[in-house]
Amino acid sequence: MPESNTLVKKESGEVTKPEATRGGIYYTPRVDIYESADEVVLQCDMPGVKPQDVELCFEKRELSLHGKVEPRQVPAEYLDEEYGVGDFHRSFAIAPEIDADKISAEYRDGVLEVHLPKQERVKPKRIAVHGG
Amino acid sequence: MSILTRWEPFYELRQEMGQRRRFQRAMDRLFGRWGIDLPQWSALAVSYPPVNVWENDDFVWAEAELPGLKLSDLEITVTADNQLTLKGTRQQAAPEKVEWHRQERSFGSFERTFQLPVSVDAGKVEARLENGILTIKMAKSPAAKPRRIHVKAE
Repeated sequence: MPESNTLVKKESGEVTKPEATRGGIYYTPRVDIYESADEVVLQCDMPGVKPQDVELCFEKRELSLHGKVEPRQVPAEYLDEEYGVGDFHRSFAIAPEIDADKISAEYRDGVLEVHLPKQERVKPKRIAVHGG
Repeated sequence: MSILTRWEPFYELRQEMGQRRRFQRAMDRLFGRWGIDLPQWSALAVSYPPVNVWENDDFVWAEAELPGLKLSDLEITVTADNQLTLKGTRQQAAPEKVEWHRQERSFGSFERTFQLPVSVDAGKVEARLENGILTIKMAKSPAAKPRRIHVKAE
């Protein structure tokens, strides 16, 4: 990952242990983050989260994603168990180049997509060159 | 064998350490540089998609995490010899000319086949995909269901 001109600079609070304060075990959702000329886009897999249970917070330049997952499997015993069911949580530090007021997000089919537009002043501009 | 062999007192130990390093590198490739402090990934699965399977008296359920997919992206088949097959493609929805900061999600075609523990009625299979969770409910064939035997107390 290139360190220079990275708008999502570091991750803070990446959950490695269950957080007792909120109860239950958290899973770190998988994310893709890409940057275009105008914005940074974060796509996050949160399977099993209902649209109304997605919580997105931006505070002190930290973007935190939380997805509440209601228990849905109650078997006495699994024949095959390859994943656990539980809440998702992850947070990211957001660089000041992002215009916090314009952050938007949508959630569809278990995928959360967050758009983080850059401030006007950091967007690349095309400068017209006049011929002499 | 020559008498003048090189004296290598730690030869075996070095061999073993080499093996350990190779193993460690393999683990690093598998788990990244976090080692044992790895966050609890939603699915550190060997295969894609991760699947849970369970049963009760009447049904066998299979559930898979498939965020971003539609039911039309999937092909689900249950054969007469009780094999469940999940087939599909997960397309990436991102423009081409971008700079990537993180790529943790998997994309591409997948196919997984499971041998079900009991005989199911291939005509009675229901599939539902909601919020990225695929649930397949398969009715057990009558012969596979446990029978309740009424015991009369004398």
